Amino acid sequence: MKKTISFFVITAIFICSVFSFTGCKKEDSETIYYLNFKPESSAAWGEIATAYKNEKGVELKVVTAASGTYEQTLKSEMAKSSAPTIFQVNGPKGYASWKSYCKDLKNTALYEALADKSLAISEGDGVYAIPYVVEGYGIIYNAEILDKYFALDNKKVSFNSVDDIKSFADLKAVVEDMTANKEKLSIEGVFASTSLKSGEDWRWQTHLANIPLHYEFKNNKANLSSDDLSEIKFEYAENFKNIFDLYINNSITDKKLLGSKSVSDSMAEFALGKCAMVQNGNWAWSQIKDVAGNTVKEENIKFMPIYTGVEGEETQGLCIGTENYICINKNASAEQQKLSEDFLYWLYSSETGKKMVTEKLDFIVPFSTFEESEAPNDPLAKEIIRYMNRDNITTIPWDFTVFPGQTFKENFGASLLSYAQGTKTFDDVKKEMVSDWKKEYK
Amino acid sequence: MHKHLNRYFGLFALPTLIAFSVAFLIPFLLGIYLSFTEFTTVSDASFVGFSNYILAFTENSNFLNALWFTVKFSFVTIITVNLFAFLLALALTKKIRGRNLFRAVFFMPNLIGGIVLGYIWQVIINGILLFWGADITQNSTYGFWGLVVLTNWQMIGYMMVIFIAGINNIPPQLIEAAKIDGAKPSQILFKITLPLTMPAFTICSFLTLTNSFKLFDQNLALTAGAPARQTAMLSLDIYNTFYGKIGSEGVGQAKGVVFFLLVAGLAALQLYLTKSREVDG
Repeated sequence: MKKTISFFVITAIFICSVFSFTGCKKEDSETIYYLNFKPESSAAWGEIATAYKNEKGVELKVVTAASGTYEQTLKSEMAKSSAPTIFQVNGPKGYASWKSYCKDLKNTALYEALADKSLAISEGDGVYAIPYVVEGYGIIYNAEILDKYFALDNKKVSFNSVDDIKSFADLKAVVEDMTANKEKLSIEGVFASTSLKSGEDWRWQTHLANIPLHYEFKNNKANLSSDDLSEIKFEYAENFKNIFDLYINNSITDKKLLGSKSVSDSMAEFALGKCAMVQNGNWAWSQIKDVAGNTVKEENIKFMPIYTGVEGEETQGLCIGTENYICINKNASAEQQKLSEDFLYWLYSSETGKKMVTEKLDFIVPFSTFEESEAPNDPLAKEIIRYMNRDNITTIPWDFTVFPGQTFKENFGASLLSYAQGTKTFDDVKKEMVSDWKKEYK
Repeated sequence: MHKHLNRYFGLFALPTLIAFSVAFLIPFLLGIYLSFTEFTTVSDASFVGFSNYILAFTENSNFLNALWFTVKFSFVTIITVNLFAFLLALALTKKIRGRNLFRAVFFMPNLIGGIVLGYIWQVIINGILLFWGADITQNSTYGFWGLVVLTNWQMIGYMMVIFIAGINNIPPQLIEAAKIDGAKPSQILFKITLPLTMPAFTICSFLTLTNSFKLFDQNLALTAGAPARQTAMLSLDIYNTFYGKIGSEGVGQAKGVVFFLLVAGLAALQLYLTKSREVDG
């Protein structure tokens, strides 16, 4: 009897001590916690945290999820007692899964500052996620190599500058002639590797697929905010094939070997001047500039639209949009929610904050608190702004935020790899993509 | 003394007990509970009954494909790992120069983490396949044999140590007596060494079996399931289900429970067989 009693006493002591240890680490209501999505800007967020602490005395904890693991990290962080107070979703699909954590931001100063209110994710009367950066992608090219090509005596095309390239047929003619002259241009291929390694294929299964699907939605006047997207036809599959074939047939890497290439491989190839073009977005600047032995000059890095052979594409611009929407965790304490709101508004409206955003994060922002002169200075962001301000140019929005989840994208990427390797026909790729969309769409 | 031990049993067992509950028992029970729910974060779940289990098998054939791939893989590795490990053990129990060095060298791959190994072998295998203009993602056969080679390279050293211990335990008199009776080396091997190292074989084959079933990092780093999930093993498939699609966390969890039952069944079988052999011996 005595034994059991002492056992329980000791147990009780132990359990108490264990819990009191955790009790000591009681969450500090003076701290806010941001779970960052962009690994390329994790250092910049560190500086922002220091600056905010100095200016306002509020502790900002920033954790950056490793590339491609944001959902995992968010899932485990949210289950903790000190959960992120600020996090992000990647669009309507992401919002659907994090609904029960998103605070209504309708009455916040940040939403007030949002230039185009339709960009935010709203449901009913509430506004639950606000885009915090605008990004764009297209074909990044090295103007130095292109100029060298246009100066060749034996070039087969009549164009003399990139601005003359107005359609897929033009692009194809230039690219194929460049491939024929690649020794003279001292490049190993026109396009950087079409990275199809699993987890590294988002440039194709998401970004490139956006273009044909955008035209399909437009053609059918589909309402993207409704649920009538449960089926697609992939009407513009032929256009997807056009550009995808051009990429893989004029690439540095043999198309059978694309399954082990990553995005950083492609960006390094571009940075080292081994190729003339690569499809990517303005976020790639940080990758290009950090490659050791980089030979591409800043002023030579330019964007051109991704032409796929769709009728009327002469006026097509870059694909500009966002998949980064900021949310505030409504399960955090009221003080923390307030502090989080204040921080976000500070970041996008105060002198220090704005400077950090344009100079350290290199963000193009959708907020009216920024003057036109307050824009990032990197070559790709400047190009995006140039395209946004050009007349008679139709920008392609980021419709891929309505794509069914990750599984759909992964399967499509895997099909594309099999197609590149020659073990699947494009017809099968198309069929599987269409049936997968239907299956994965919830 | 005995009385004291009894009294303080609780005190001494408690730290382990707490660690065991926190790190294993609670997550395990929570995991079983979560497999019957739909959830986004583990602290916020709603009950859905058996639908996750049904979905795990019916939603697509990924789980069954992964199961079949894992079974094939385990079958091959059990044979190859044990065969090579035994041959190495046999060689390294002979009196050869530098045998301790060899033992250490063969054991070393076991000390390298699975992710690192996976990437190293990916580079090696892709380098070799380059001669035929292919890489490991081209065909699931490449991935399969790549995994087999990797697993062998990693596990042989460990199994070899167990076999060496087994072989060293054979009383030298037996072998000496056999030699005096005029037994040939092959007879000594098949009539004495092999039967007497049987317990080591049981341990090694079950270790290989459970390790092959639970293989994850190597699979993730080497092929990540490419091409098109054809080389995804059970653990990787569970991981992909859990994180791949919004709202399918519960399905991943259900697969996890099925996976646990499988591995637990194998382990129980191992325990039973080793025990019965011990009684016989």
